[in-house]
Amino acid sequence: MSDRGRIIIGLVVFLGLITFPIWYNSAAGTDSAAPELQKAKGEECIYPVDYMRDNHMDVLMEWRDEVVRNGNRVLKVGGKTYEMSLTTTCIGCHTEKAEFCDKCHDYAAVTPYCWDCHVDPSGAALVEARVHRTSALTGEGGE
Amino acid sequence: MSMDRKSFLKITGCAVAGAIAGNKLAGIDVEAQDGSAAAYPDAKTAKRWGMVIDTRKCLKAEGCDKCMAACHEVHNVPEVPTKEHEVKWIWKESYEHAFAKETEYPNEELEQLDVLVFCNHCDEPPCVRVCPTQATWKRDSDGIVMMDWHRCIGCRYCVAACPYGSRSFNWSDPRAHLDETNLNYPTRTKGVVEKCTFCDERLAKGLMPACVEACPEGAMVFGDLSDPNSEVRQLIREQRTERRKPELGTKPEVFYIL
Amino acid sequence: MFMFEKAVVGSRRYWLWILGLFAVIGIGLMFYLRQFEEGLAITGLSRDVTWGLYIAQFTFLVGVAASAVMVVLPYYLHDFKVFGKITILGEFLAISAVTMCMLFIFVDMGQPTRVMNVMLHPTPNSMMFWDSVSLFGYLILNATIALVSLSAERKGVAPPSWIKPVIILSIPWAVSIHTVTAFLYNGLPGRSFWLTAILAPRFLASAFAAGPALLILLCLLLRKLTWFDVGREPIRKLSLIVTYAMLVNVFFVLMEVFTVFYSGIPEHQHHFQYLFVGLEGHNALVPWMWTSMALAAVALVLLLIPKFRLNEKILAFTCGMVFLSLWIDKGLGLIVGGFVPSPLGEITEYAPTIPEIGIAVAIWAIGCLMVTVFYKIALSVREGLA
Repeated sequence: MSDRGRIIIGLVVFLGLITFPIWYNSAAGTDSAAPELQKAKGEECIYPVDYMRDNHMDVLMEWRDEVVRNGNRVLKVGGKTYEMSLTTTCIGCHTEKAEFCDKCHDYAAVTPYCWDCHVDPSGAALVEARVHRTSALTGEGGE
Repeated sequence: MSMDRKSFLKITGCAVAGAIAGNKLAGIDVEAQDGSAAAYPDAKTAKRWGMVIDTRKCLKAEGCDKCMAACHEVHNVPEVPTKEHEVKWIWKESYEHAFAKETEYPNEELEQLDVLVFCNHCDEPPCVRVCPTQATWKRDSDGIVMMDWHRCIGCRYCVAACPYGSRSFNWSDPRAHLDETNLNYPTRTKGVVEKCTFCDERLAKGLMPACVEACPEGAMVFGDLSDPNSEVRQLIREQRTERRKPELGTKPEVFYIL
Repeated sequence: MFMFEKAVVGSRRYWLWILGLFAVIGIGLMFYLRQFEEGLAITGLSRDVTWGLYIAQFTFLVGVAASAVMVVLPYYLHDFKVFGKITILGEFLAISAVTMCMLFIFVDMGQPTRVMNVMLHPTPNSMMFWDSVSLFGYLILNATIALVSLSAERKGVAPPSWIKPVIILSIPWAVSIHTVTAFLYNGLPGRSFWLTAILAPRFLASAFAAGPALLILLCLLLRKLTWFDVGREPIRKLSLIVTYAMLVNVFFVLMEVFTVFYSGIPEHQHHFQYLFVGLEGHNALVPWMWTSMALAAVALVLLLIPKFRLNEKILAFTCGMVFLSLWIDKGLGLIVGGFVPSPLGEITEYAPTIPEIGIAVAIWAIGCLMVTVFYKIALSVREGLA
């Protein structure tokens, strides 16, 4: 057999090996599917969903600097008032971190280090209490 | 295709410049989303927060540790078993150690005295002077020496600089040494320095610092030193007060009535 | 361009050395991974003694890095031709030392992944900011100078004229890196052991003794292990520099001792007492400090007597003593002494742990590796020309 034959066979074997994850998962029915996220409690998010999906990391970074370095905890946007807090405001609507945040993060193999320090408050009762406090302070809605 | 070095560098340079420009244009701006940030309307504010500790009222001798317990509970301060690695924001010291007074003929009362010590929130803080990342800084608005645990690189230069030993470093993961976690306040992670922040998060919501509220005898008075009519200023005017190591020029804002 | 191919051909002995170094580095790396996972709790550091072996090594090595100026200044500023053959050795030593400094700082950080914050949030009032700027600048300077000089030598031409101002710049820059490092310590109002104007001069004096001493040892080693012989003159002149620097350094230390003990301020005295006689029963460092003093005294005698200074066998021992004495003094003594007693008057002793020592030794091995590779390249270039 000439060199050309060997090369072509080699290429085919190589392609087969390199695409192994794709055709094996298809055959075994273990394709990954897009994560299914827990539905949020509130009606709408602070910012449009598409914007949040792309930019929530930067939103959180901005909040972080605004709260810690500038001492401002209240955000007025879109005619509403919010406390800039991951564990109060975000988790207030997306109540279970494991069912919301972690779903996409695990899928995308991303490990945000927020939770190294910020305490996961998943569990509706605690979050209710804090959201109540927030709205009471800002004088909007609430009981 | 052959290319000489000059053309290669030109093309690469343009590509990099273009990438940076493109990124800037597509950059996100939260404010562009029509938002504005502010403090809570009922936040406690002052030009210069300070404290007066009346050691005569303090019940340390009787074993009271309510202020220390309150602070450490509210802020998830870990209880590290080894003294070498302990983390503490507020604690008791002997008069001799707190005020660096060595004397051959001590006053009996002072000898027995245990003094509450914590960050003095100095007006000229050496820790702020040395921090290479501004992870600790003195707030212009109210004089609190703040901590940003997101930025701290754990170099411990501030620990070396503090003349009062007020700062603690997390030698290991603090969560391993927390029995109960206050869910309303973050923990820290290993590798950052922490200290008392005059409860800035409580002040922001109109509350007094945890230690001040917890003291059953009202021995800790917290107020605005720049207001001549505040309780702290009155106490300083009427009582003999001492500060720790004032000769170092740090201008500590915690006063002790001994 | 970097002529690394010259470093991958060598004798059996050369490769055994390289492999040995890699083994030591590998062990240190394992220890560091553990430290990265668990935190700095695996070191012997404590709330009171917050800097120890790592920062001490950094402080000492900044001095060694700065000492390259002791060969560069005479040769480039004063046309002192005797040092012509060894400036490249001094520059390569400086590059390796500065790299070790940066590594020691890196392993000392609680959050090393955030180290770029120092550059992202520049803080002109912080001496640590200026220290990183000056160290990085010194690294770039010396790397450029060494590369350009060696390349020119290899091509048999004079180096380009623009390198001259760069070399001249490296002279005050060398002084500045060690001055800024001293400023880290002597600007702190709460640490009376370090709060002395003479700290920066002391640092420089000990650096200019330890660095050239090491350079002498390296030259003698090269003569033994390779074909390269710098000759007797450069070593003689270097030993003179070591002598004067050591004299000045010892003088400065005695100045400190006088100031502290004649004025009698207790807080200032306590640190010296802890180091040299022990304090309240704590005396872990006392044997170390007296060893350092004894080594320095013996070394000074051997340096001052020409018969012994000119005898290269004895000189080798003397340089080793100088290096070791200053390493103990600037390493252990200076850093730990500043933290004991604490600002609250408490005594917490410090001793490095095995992982801590392992990591430190590994970084030294990295430095040795760099010096080995660089010297191999330089010598190969010169051998090719001979």
